[in-house]
Amino acid sequence: MLNIRKSGLQTAVQDLGRTGFQRYGVIASGVMDPFAHRIANLLAGNAETSPTLEIALSGPVIEFEADHFIAICGGDLSPSLDGEPLAMWRGHFVRKGSILSFGEPKRGARSYLAVAGSFDVPPVMNSHSTYLRAGIGGFQGRALKNGDSLKTLPISPARLNALKNQNAQTPDWLIPPARYHEQPIVRMMPGRQYALFNEASRLRIFEETFTVSANSDRMGYRLEGPELALEKQEELISEAVAFGSVQVPADGNPIVLLADRQTTGGYPKIGQVASVDLPLISQLKPGESLKFRHISADDAQQLYIEQEQQIRQLKIAIQMKREEWT
Amino acid sequence: MEFTFSPLSEQALVIETGTIINKESEQAVRKLSSLLEKQKPDWLVEFIPAFTTVTVFYDPCQIRQAEVEQELRLLAAHLDDVEAPTPRQIEIPVCYGGDFGPDLSFVAEHNGLTEEEVIEIHTSGIYSVHMIGFAPGFPFIGGMSEKIAAPRRKSPRLRIPERTVGIAGMQTGVYPIETPGGWQLIGRTPLRLFVPEQDIPSLLRAGDEIRFTQIDEAEYREQEAKRDAEHS
Repeated sequence: MLNIRKSGLQTAVQDLGRTGFQRYGVIASGVMDPFAHRIANLLAGNAETSPTLEIALSGPVIEFEADHFIAICGGDLSPSLDGEPLAMWRGHFVRKGSILSFGEPKRGARSYLAVAGSFDVPPVMNSHSTYLRAGIGGFQGRALKNGDSLKTLPISPARLNALKNQNAQTPDWLIPPARYHEQPIVRMMPGRQYALFNEASRLRIFEETFTVSANSDRMGYRLEGPELALEKQEELISEAVAFGSVQVPADGNPIVLLADRQTTGGYPKIGQVASVDLPLISQLKPGESLKFRHISADDAQQLYIEQEQQIRQLKIAIQMKREEWT
Repeated sequence: MEFTFSPLSEQALVIETGTIINKESEQAVRKLSSLLEKQKPDWLVEFIPAFTTVTVFYDPCQIRQAEVEQELRLLAAHLDDVEAPTPRQIEIPVCYGGDFGPDLSFVAEHNGLTEEEVIEIHTSGIYSVHMIGFAPGFPFIGGMSEKIAAPRRKSPRLRIPERTVGIAGMQTGVYPIETPGGWQLIGRTPLRLFVPEQDIPSLLRAGDEIRFTQIDEAEYREQEAKRDAEHS
């Protein structure tokens, strides 16, 4: 059990999203940074699909009511355990009564806390993700509040011990290089309606710098930069959008659709962010900026396949390490 | 029928069944959806049907986009063997104007009508549900008179209360949950359109036939109270 002494800005249970219900208009939800979420789970000995806590900008204060094994990945929000800085991208054994807290957001905007055994919350429509706007899923359909008790599923002392022993040996190469830059280059495919934009817009989107507006959330990041416009104004027929679709409403400011995006949209899509680069956007804070660089759908798929292979290798390496201790 | 295929992303392909919304393009969307539901190819993650498109999400580690296209072309060749289901008929009570419909006056003004005339035109039509999307259980409803058409707002509203009825261009619809959006808002219904506790979490489905009826605020409150009592 985890006692939430202070909830932080927005701390909520998420997993890889609610798949299969988008045709009924039910949004996917899920983590903003799937890579960090998956690695945190692997380090904590969980399935990649297990729920983690998504922690945004200003983190919570959490008391552990029992011995646990945890991992924190993603943006660096200065985590510490009982006042001592806690290394990210590796597993840690935490004793009963320990206090996890967070400080200044150093780099990135979201951290993922995985706890071995994972959280005991009921699935809604096959997912543990919190769908904040509809008030369903995760922990009582909402972000955590001060005083909440978040249950974890039981884990055997033998398993906990194996995780703990393996932890002492966590090799450096398990820690991925710093992924989150302050002004990332984000690879983007031309969107379904790219050709409908005027020539200046088609050039600017790949050349100029865009800044994340304060008016940004898990649904989408509104970007400020050069104004984008269609060759001629027209109403479009609504169609499906995806994680990373870049749509442009009539006011000319692009919106990158993220985890809590709608299932369909009627605004023209100038681009589609390559899946492997989505965390670069999700980890930006309002006021930070980015640039887009062109990539083809084929190349984006190749990058996706390569990243999946890397994650699979990491998974095998962690499992081998663990087997030495069991 | 000629379908076109184009990528939405490196893990999604869009099948376009036509460039305008009509019976033919919509029937094709419904038939493709029911075929995908039946066949469930192992590379299929999920699909999102819309007015004139079906977007197919696939596992990029299992199959290349060109192969997905080939498989879907094969599927499309069998559309004539599929039967579309018979439409259901559903009534949606609406309390128009006031706080529930702050843009009713804009829609009236934009079309040179009184607010009462807008309501009369909105309640006299028989509508069909083209698609569910944008928000959970959100119906895109066709068949609205062009006399009450109104453009989307230039910048979307950040918060629209749940169950609000709106107009965008030639379309009318109902917001099932609180959400941002660019539609012009004309009223509110006491009906729940998103029902997460049910297997199919949407009250409405593509193909349904709909009528709007006008209720006053007292009736609205009564129906809302009754609904809450049933739900709890």
